[in-house]
Amino acid sequence: MFHCLPRSSVCENDSPPLFSQWSAPFLRSFMPEDSTHLSGGGIHGEAFSTRLPGRGGLSPLEFYMPIAEYLTESPINFGQTSLRSAPTNLLNIDHLHPSLPSISLPPPTPFPISPSVPLPFTLSHGTTTLGFAFQGGVIAAADTRSSCSGLVACPASPKVLPIHSHLVGTTSGTSADCALWKRILARELRLYQLRHRRRLSTGGAAKLLSHMLHPFKGTELCVAATLCGWDGDDEKDEEPITDKYGNISTNQVTSSGSNNQSTSTAAAASQPLISFTTQQVVESRSRICGPRVIYVCSDGLRLKGELFSVGSGSPYAYSILDSSVYWGMSVQEATAVAREAVFRATYRDAYSGNNVDLYHVTAKGWRRRERENLKEEYYREKERERKRVAERKAEKNKEKFNV
Amino acid sequence: MISAQAYGENGKMKEYHYTGPVEHKFSPYAFNGGTVLAVAGEDFAIVASDTRLSEGYSIHSRDSPKCYKLTDTTVLGCSGFHGDCLTLTKIIDARLKMYKHSNNKTMTSGAIAAMLSTILYGRRFFPYYVYNIIGGLDEEGRGAVYSFDPVGSYQRDTYKAGGSASAMLQPLLDNQIGFKNMENVEEVPLTLEKAVQLVKDVFISAAERDVYTGDALEICIITKEGIREEIVPLRKD
Repeated sequence: MFHCLPRSSVCENDSPPLFSQWSAPFLRSFMPEDSTHLSGGGIHGEAFSTRLPGRGGLSPLEFYMPIAEYLTESPINFGQTSLRSAPTNLLNIDHLHPSLPSISLPPPTPFPISPSVPLPFTLSHGTTTLGFAFQGGVIAAADTRSSCSGLVACPASPKVLPIHSHLVGTTSGTSADCALWKRILARELRLYQLRHRRRLSTGGAAKLLSHMLHPFKGTELCVAATLCGWDGDDEKDEEPITDKYGNISTNQVTSSGSNNQSTSTAAAASQPLISFTTQQVVESRSRICGPRVIYVCSDGLRLKGELFSVGSGSPYAYSILDSSVYWGMSVQEATAVAREAVFRATYRDAYSGNNVDLYHVTAKGWRRRERENLKEEYYREKERERKRVAERKAEKNKEKFNV
Repeated sequence: MISAQAYGENGKMKEYHYTGPVEHKFSPYAFNGGTVLAVAGEDFAIVASDTRLSEGYSIHSRDSPKCYKLTDTTVLGCSGFHGDCLTLTKIIDARLKMYKHSNNKTMTSGAIAAMLSTILYGRRFFPYYVYNIIGGLDEEGRGAVYSFDPVGSYQRDTYKAGGSASAMLQPLLDNQIGFKNMENVEEVPLTLEKAVQLVKDVFISAAERDVYTGDALEICIITKEGIREEIVPLRKD
């Protein structure tokens, strides 16, 4: 039997008029089917303004669950340009820069502090993932163990997911969150590519993911991804400038990532495009090509860098990476170092193990190396150690006789 | 109706002795036990489940199978909280019908798996407490098994056990079907007869050691001819 809790005990702050709806009967806000409705918008739009037909005659058996609205929003629909929710959406995005991908952000929700429903199960966590850039591209590597508080839920889970042809993301945190958010990100990037006729840069993708995750800050969503990609040269050299007005300047802002660049071009963006000097364009374009590694976290952190390792095994991986990674290394060296780093991490960390997945991203796209089972490596290591011990013994014996 | 407050993290009952004032918080979940298993072969797939429905110390029903036939080539096995299982299967059935009506074809196993993943994630902050495993044939006629976690993370496997006895069954399957960690073994492909026998043996073992598994075993065998069901009795105590 569900209890009817008084409204005040759950929502401490004064809910804005928009939220007078959520204290409405359980039956309406809790309908699981609504969140999976095919026609876009779904519960996102309905929950805020429309009323279900036939809501007038409520039987006394109707009960309500004190769930915050955000719990009924489907994260799947989130990020989509929802055509129907526009009138209900408080955050009017029209006045924002037209070049930003049109995300329908939910209104700034004063999330009630009530704890979410306590789960009777745990979700998968624990991993070692890493990504670094060097002269030959970007290497992204991860282990494949997916553990669930002590039990290995899956010994062969893919933690490096390709997002598009030149972008690969490593996932750490709850595997369901990572898999689904990568899907949502891939969808948004594809839409961007179709709308603007160019791929969004790694920096842009990172910012997009970070902004999509922001409304869920404070919830138990846990995503820590390293986006590894190659920002390509645009084949059509001159076209981008004359093409979409305002688009190009903002893209360069998002993809360059350096603060100086963004302030200067942001100022230039508001001016007519003609005054944009070719010098600036050439300069900025050379900065936007090449390998990129950006770390995005569901806390809201977004860091651009050259080397990242994430997960419970990351300290062990860092020790190998910090000592061996340098810009000028060859592809074989880089692959070997990445593999060794994951191997060492799986050796010491209980929550990492099984196999190593390795992806290499270049200007031509990503390439996946064969998944390698680390069990063989352990045996080889043991064999090497045995040989070394035998050698040392032989040395000692020789010395003894010589003396 | 027995409340679900006495359950610890993994669904088993918390200790029975009085240890002091206890704060009872209403939990919308209950754990109804049950084990589900799926195996994929060259041209067949098997989905098996026990038929016991329990809660705490009691058995609600001895005839509550957990395999749900979705299409002619796909069967879904779900265990966990029975209420969520029922609602989830209703939603999936509705979505299958919608797909059939708008696209004029039946959903393939892979498509159903992807759809189920999004349905589950849609309730990320109040999940369906269900452990799902889909078994079926893919477009090329090969066996496919997709295993899920309660919030929608999924992947394609060759074999998977889910539910209360999953921790006991999975290592056995790893050994017998996956030939993991075995030296000098000849890896022969799994035949249908051998797979069915293995499933029966595995469930008999599970019923011995897991209290929530037992009563009867229902096996759904999916081949290109259709879905065949077999019922095998298990321990009733």
